[in-house]
Amino acid sequence: MADEKKKNLPPEAQKYQDFQTKREVKRPLLKNCIKAFLVGGIICFIGQIITTFYIYNFNFTEQTAGNPTTATLIFITMLLTGFGVYDRIGQFAGAGSAVPVTGFGNAVIASAIEYRTEGFILGVGSNMLKLAGPVIVYGVFSAFVIALIKTILVQWGGF
Amino acid sequence: MIFFWAFVVGGLICVMGQIMFDVFKLSPAHTLTILVVSGAILDGFGLYEPLIDFAGAGATVPITSFGNSLVHGAMQEAEKHGIIGVVTGMFEVTSSGISSAIIFGVIGALIFKPKG
Repeated sequence: MADEKKKNLPPEAQKYQDFQTKREVKRPLLKNCIKAFLVGGIICFIGQIITTFYIYNFNFTEQTAGNPTTATLIFITMLLTGFGVYDRIGQFAGAGSAVPVTGFGNAVIASAIEYRTEGFILGVGSNMLKLAGPVIVYGVFSAFVIALIKTILVQWGGF
Repeated sequence: MIFFWAFVVGGLICVMGQIMFDVFKLSPAHTLTILVVSGAILDGFGLYEPLIDFAGAGATVPITSFGNSLVHGAMQEAEKHGIIGVVTGMFEVTSSGISSAIIFGVIGALIFKPKG
């Protein structure tokens, strides 16, 4: 596909593209993965501490303690995002800070703070879920399809 | 021991995300969407629940658990009310992530000022 694109370009542009691909900085994959592993692991470790806290102090079970943990983590994310710390963690960790639920929280909270200048209804209200929107939309839709198939199989297929 | 596995499993899920960033050159939005959908699919096959038992927060904190709990809520209601439950029960379990993100988002916008 890349070659097809190339054919339509004038020769100078082709030369430039070759030049560009040569000069492009290779992303240090292994280093990035280790960073993502460490930071992501630490976030989940903190999550586990909070989960354990909720199980022992507030009578949650292993299964239900995930919910208050999520809320607590997002609260912490709000503080970190507001003081501009989360951005720095994100630059260092890449996916390590984006994949945990804190990354989802950060995407929502950062755009809420950023669009505040455009007003609370049209700015904050309508732009808040801009980045997190796709996650919710396709999460819900795929969950709907899967649950529908499963229900049909269970109820009418007798599995 | 569960603390160790939470660290390892959570870290590994993040490495998968990092590989999607770096090797497949996907944007964060694409990566997160793929992870959520794969979490939903895993729960469809009943594989996510054992992972939570095994790794605790290592499985509930990454965004994949979002897909898992969406399917879970839908299935719980579906058992009670049939097909209609699939639609109505969707957010039953997972509401805390979205609602707290929205609540703290608005509070954050009230407290903090955007930086440069």
